[in-house]
Amino acid sequence: MNTLSRRLVGAIPVLIGISFLIFLLMHIAPGDPVSLLLGDDATPADIERTRHEWGLDQPLMVQYWDFLTRAVTGDFGRSLKFNEPVMKLVAERLPATLELAFASLCVAIMIAVPLGVYSAIKHNSLLDHAGMSVALIGVSLPNFWLGIMLIYFLGGQLNLLPVAGRIEYGIEIKSITGLYLLDSLMTGNFAALWSALQHLLMPAVTLGSALAAIVTRISRSSVLEVMRQDYVTTARAKGLSERTVIWHHILRNALITIITILGLQLGALLSGSVITETVFSYPGIGDLLIQSISARDYKLTQVLILMFAVTYFVVNLMVDLLYSAIDPRIKF
Amino acid sequence: MLSMRYLKIWVGGAILLVLCICGVAAPLLAPRDPQAQTLEDRLRPPRWTENGSPAYLLGTDNLGRDMLSRIIYGSRISLMVGAATVIFAGLVGCTLGAIAGYFGRTPDEIVSKVSEIFLAFPFLLIAIAIMAFLGQGVGNLIMALMLSRWVQYCRVVRGEVLSIRERDFVTAAKALGGQDWYVLFRHVVPNTLASVTVIATFGMAIVIITEASLSFLGLGVPVHIPTWGSMLSEGRSYINRAPWLTIFPGLAIFITVFGINLLGDGLRDIFDPKLRRQR
Repeated sequence: MNTLSRRLVGAIPVLIGISFLIFLLMHIAPGDPVSLLLGDDATPADIERTRHEWGLDQPLMVQYWDFLTRAVTGDFGRSLKFNEPVMKLVAERLPATLELAFASLCVAIMIAVPLGVYSAIKHNSLLDHAGMSVALIGVSLPNFWLGIMLIYFLGGQLNLLPVAGRIEYGIEIKSITGLYLLDSLMTGNFAALWSALQHLLMPAVTLGSALAAIVTRISRSSVLEVMRQDYVTTARAKGLSERTVIWHHILRNALITIITILGLQLGALLSGSVITETVFSYPGIGDLLIQSISARDYKLTQVLILMFAVTYFVVNLMVDLLYSAIDPRIKF
Repeated sequence: MLSMRYLKIWVGGAILLVLCICGVAAPLLAPRDPQAQTLEDRLRPPRWTENGSPAYLLGTDNLGRDMLSRIIYGSRISLMVGAATVIFAGLVGCTLGAIAGYFGRTPDEIVSKVSEIFLAFPFLLIAIAIMAFLGQGVGNLIMALMLSRWVQYCRVVRGEVLSIRERDFVTAAKALGGQDWYVLFRHVVPNTLASVTVIATFGMAIVIITEASLSFLGLGVPVHIPTWGSMLSEGRSYINRAPWLTIFPGLAIFITVFGINLLGDGLRDIFDPKLRRQR
């Protein structure tokens, strides 16, 4: 069995465990979702009928088995709030979150890796101390507050960027992948591209800032660690230029730690998107999750949480597979 | 660089101490009742600005409540939730990690499998999921945060115990007739405390931000209790008219987390030999 299939098979019990935990939580939660949704005017007969329609009168394990068998076929039922199939809602919103996560990752990498590497190379210099202080501030900033402050200064006071949504009202975009940046590029719609970029900038900076701070610190310590290895001394002793030593010997080896941290932090990025999307009214699955929780739409909530877990798992798997591409010594 | 290391601990510790004093002595320090509404004074800007009132140093909110008093009282919840979560998550995580690492085999397999399930979830999402189903409340919040954080302690302690149990002093303690549980909690676990202290400090910073995030989303403590996160959430609607409603609670969270992170950084510099070598 190769790495991929072994990891996928290994994930099955974990995913079943997660789905059971979510299912259990939903059922031990105080309050009956049916009474909550039908309101105070509902008669006991209405409540009983709806409970029967939703299968809530069945024993817990029967309900769980029903959920699992439907889930395997991709049928997650209908949302109680939106009265639409759950998977349709997820498919509509997922590209927005993926676009935001990718943009945030780019922001984080563009700031963090050069800053961390440069700090390590100029170790103990003024720039190193300044870089690390900025990183400490970044780790300590609550990103939802940063988002609100950006809205206030860049949106409200300077009127430079739009403060909510994904694209300007009235701009039409032909949906191919659901990723607005990509779709507008593919169709040559530059007005839509510009608008989507403007809408994405503040949420991406908000979400990417905390990740950037963490990655800066890790990049610095990882490069410092590699710089002390014997093979780096050997490379210098051979008379290689400093540029070659840094790019070919130090960075390549330091990258493993940096990618590990990026992979681990992607989970934080995904869950952070819940808050960022709420701050910027950005129509992704994070925003959908908060809406479903507020409406007590337990079916949608359950699937969205499970989806986050699956995405997190897939990302971690991809990170593991990337290791062997970067360092051929690593085999699974 | 030794002095720099201690400087971080001193500054971080001082910030944390001031906040603890604010939290404990809130009724004495707060100029007003944080719930008292004075509608004629609603949305008063801070004292030093135009239209500011000398009676309200940091201004008032949309219901005329004193912002300074609410921020002082807000520190109570943040610190209480932070400390309680770190203590409970630390106790559960360290105990399970120590048992798994020391005894190995079945206990290790069970703990590792359960940890894997919790690790398959970003911790903020575990907290959101639990709060979504259990509803608002301080107890629920602490439980949600504890369930999302214990696994960090468990992993670190398990790893450390795996290495410590092979050391000579453990063999000597066993040779002298020490029972497993005695050796584990008397000789092995105390040697993991340096790492636990560092992750507990950083963990507290993370928990405080998470608590604020959950309260911001309306999933934290009930709305009538003043917390920095819920103040930010309420103030968001008035961001252009009354920016102080969001600036001050956010600054309070930032300063608290910054202080704790500084303390954690200082402690890590001292305890981690790898970092000592890097300097």
